[in-house]
Amino acid sequence: MRIDARLIKRLPASGGSEGFDLNVHLKSDADVTVLLGPSGAGKTLTLNCLGGFATPDEGRILINDELYFDAPTKLRLPPQQRRCGYIFQDHALFPHMTVRENLRFAANAARTNSGLNRHRRIAELLEVFELTDLAGRKPAQLSGGQKQRAALARMLVNEPKLLLLDEPTRGLDGRLRQAFYDLLGKLRERSTAPMVLVTHDLEECMELAGHVCLMEAGRFTQCGPRERVFARPATVEVARSLGIYNILPASIDALDPGRDRSRLGVLGRPWEVCYLPGRLIGDQGYVCMRQSETKVVVEDDAPAAGNQLLLKVESATQSLRGMRIQFEHAVVAEISEADYAACRGSERLNVEVPPAAVYFVGK
Amino acid sequence: MIDWFPLWLSLRVAALATFFVLTIGTSLAYLLSHKIFRGKNLMDSLITLPLVLPPTVLGYYLLVMVGRHSPLGHLYEGVFGQPLVFTWQAAVVAAFLHSAPIYIKAGRAVLETVDTRYEWAAHSLGASEWRTFWRITLPLAWRGLSSLASLSFARSLGDFGVTIMVAGNIPGQTQTLSVAIFDAVESGNGRLARILVIVISVAALALLWAAGYLSRPARTQGAG
Repeated sequence: MRIDARLIKRLPASGGSEGFDLNVHLKSDADVTVLLGPSGAGKTLTLNCLGGFATPDEGRILINDELYFDAPTKLRLPPQQRRCGYIFQDHALFPHMTVRENLRFAANAARTNSGLNRHRRIAELLEVFELTDLAGRKPAQLSGGQKQRAALARMLVNEPKLLLLDEPTRGLDGRLRQAFYDLLGKLRERSTAPMVLVTHDLEECMELAGHVCLMEAGRFTQCGPRERVFARPATVEVARSLGIYNILPASIDALDPGRDRSRLGVLGRPWEVCYLPGRLIGDQGYVCMRQSETKVVVEDDAPAAGNQLLLKVESATQSLRGMRIQFEHAVVAEISEADYAACRGSERLNVEVPPAAVYFVGK
Repeated sequence: MIDWFPLWLSLRVAALATFFVLTIGTSLAYLLSHKIFRGKNLMDSLITLPLVLPPTVLGYYLLVMVGRHSPLGHLYEGVFGQPLVFTWQAAVVAAFLHSAPIYIKAGRAVLETVDTRYEWAAHSLGASEWRTFWRITLPLAWRGLSSLASLSFARSLGDFGVTIMVAGNIPGQTQTLSVAIFDAVESGNGRLARILVIVISVAALALLWAAGYLSRPARTQGAG
């Protein structure tokens, strides 16, 4: 394991703010581990524990088989010795220094290299992150994207062993976000250190994560490789928090392992799906299907290619890819504007989901 | 002819007191703003105490603590070959006591306004606490601290009560400006008192203006 951190920390309630209880076990072998969750879930606190800016009450932190923290033996490596590159929400470039001085401060602080090598490393990083022309500027004279590049360059000066990024794209528009993801690619060429990135943005998580930890109220609700977490949410709460699923209550009416079939009852309609191993007839639960795979049936006489439901239309709004239709039971589907024109005015529409896209979670 | 020795002495005393305020005071302010330790509240109260106690009480304490028969007084006499009380150096101690509490309290607030994230960033880059203080915290707090230092200098010029208790009123040796004014008024020398009052007022005004000038927000910061 490259990252193995068991963290327990209690923050007592004080002056109006409620107490907070962090209890997580972060285990990851991936290049990029993303902590995904709403604000106040404890993501930044987790990151601060890893970086050494918060001390857990119990637990231990192992990074690349090196012990950073161990509560029973009272071992606690100070942040100066952890060699964690840390990107803060607002980048925290030293405002009284130029970009070059920021990098030089980093190089001189750790003294991992000889003088000449330090100089060379700074010049190289300025070049890679296209900062050479901006090296004499102070942070206040830089744009958001430039600050970001400077912060990344500064972080890499000392060849960190662990990279910690706290909502690095907060406040950046879509174009700059994409530029930032490209930069992370560049960063990967210079540093193979495992990265832990905190975000509340689902798309960012999809874009970057190898390993995902979904976080809520100080706990991990589900951890695992990205594809698995997104395709197989462990509970209906997790599926709901991801916000990409249509979720309906369902029960198992029949199971047929021989033909790899199961029959579910969804809102009174029989649905055929793949065999559900480990389930019993009569089990109650939910079906989850991606909003992107939920189709609206426009022509009534088309043969049914999947499981259908006749649902009441509640509203329709313009979206990036066409129209986004909101049905009863909080079901959402997107269709093209042309198709929407064809079925406009209908009070009820058929929605259809291919059997493979239906995922059943138990209660 | 006016004897300008008190003005010269006051400036010397204030300069030295400000030096000690900057070194000792800044250290204590850093301790209070950045460290969590047992007895922090007590220390804070002790630092505030000189602001509320009458100068006579402070002077009395000082006489007891650094007098010729106290261990500290002995130590001082052993090192410097002369007692501390009733010398101009005692006036420095008095001026320090007069100006340090305000500097430490306000300096703590200034140091606390430095965004912790800059210090964390420095630590994460491998910088020691010492290096972080000198290269990050102090430069970012410098504007506020230097303004406070000029305020301290002005306050050091004006101490009267403790100075007269521990340094006395020896013309040409320990008579500072404020003590000289008292002396002039007492002895009916109205012209000398008037001149010295104007001198000290103008000096204080200039220093306060400088303090305000130093603490004004920089125009370049926060842009972009």
